Amino acid sequence: MSTGLVGLAVLMALVTYPSRAIPLLAPGFDRLPPRALEYLRLVGPAVLASIAASQIFVTPATSGSGGSFHIGIEWLAVAACVVSVAWRRNLLLGIVLAVAIVAGARALGLAG
Amino acid sequence: MPAAGLPEGSLPPVDPSILDPSVLRAARRRLAVDGIGLVASASGFGLVFGLTARSAGFSPIEAIAFSVIVFAGASQFAAAGMVAAGFAWPAIVVLTALVNARHFLYSAALAPWLRTQPFLKRVVMAHLLTDEAFALASVHFRRLGRVDPAGYWLAAIGSTFIPWNLATILGVLGGQFIPDPRVLGLDIVFPAAMAGLAVGLTNGRREVAAAAAGVICAVVIGLLWDSRVGIVVGGLVGPLVGLAIPSKERFESVLADVAAEPEDGLPS
Repeated sequence: MSTGLVGLAVLMALVTYPSRAIPLLAPGFDRLPPRALEYLRLVGPAVLASIAASQIFVTPATSGSGGSFHIGIEWLAVAACVVSVAWRRNLLLGIVLAVAIVAGARALGLAG
Repeated sequence: MPAAGLPEGSLPPVDPSILDPSVLRAARRRLAVDGIGLVASASGFGLVFGLTARSAGFSPIEAIAFSVIVFAGASQFAAAGMVAAGFAWPAIVVLTALVNARHFLYSAALAPWLRTQPFLKRVVMAHLLTDEAFALASVHFRRLGRVDPAGYWLAAIGSTFIPWNLATILGVLGGQFIPDPRVLGLDIVFPAAMAGLAVGLTNGRREVAAAAAGVICAVVIGLLWDSRVGIVVGGLVGPLVGLAIPSKERFESVLADVAAEPEDGLPS
């Protein structure tokens, strides 16, 4: 069985680990000024919303840079999840609702 | 982040043992329930990664090594595609560093919470830091108002690492017998979970502004350039926009000042 690509995995891990570890391990990151701590507190909502938006609104180009604006049932599904979480404070329920909408729409031929 | 009742910028208390055990149990139960959705997401994508790696010519050991050692979904998918296309390793490694740069933000945001954890524990915590672990752990810590290492392990290992790796093994060894996760609608789980967890972190106008700015940056840059860059820029710019919005306390004190001002505009 081939193991040649294990070396590539190690190299990829070596370049990934610093971004995961430096703030957690470097001294001083826990003694930032209040303004910086407030900035970091806002990273969560900003980056999670960014991830969700890029997943549902942008279809990456198959070649070259950029992407195309995606319109689809995924919007409705994620919006339903957001409303459900805001209302019921239950993420699992929101996810189940989103999956049901997408799977149902595809099964009925309403979405690709 | 400041815990409830603490001034903005204060570091959170760190000892979970001083919490009411019933509160801690309830928060962990909530975390576990939230994590179920992410188990489905990690399993679905892990399965697809196993299949992708198999079709890219990876042996089972190589595919498993990627999921255990790299443990970063987007870069694993990109690498599998690049290996199949015959790219040289240095190009794959550089792309990996860029794709995974967003973890720096996660790590920086969690650092104030995890500061009192032993160094070796943080070394391991860092390796397990993913989108999902960050999302679940930060919501959990904010809900509690303090750090809970057991909650971090549950989020990072229970909800992500184990399902991701088991699904990779399943995909690379027997994926041809498994239906496409898209047919089951599982591809929506990840964006829905990220959006839902963002809602969990959004409890003020600053958070709403940060999230909205992040969305705009991610979409515009994703359309014009690259989605991964858009996510990083959204994560960097969103909080700056949030900081430009007056905090709730400051906004209320301005309102109170305006209300207290007499109609002639002169101080009483």
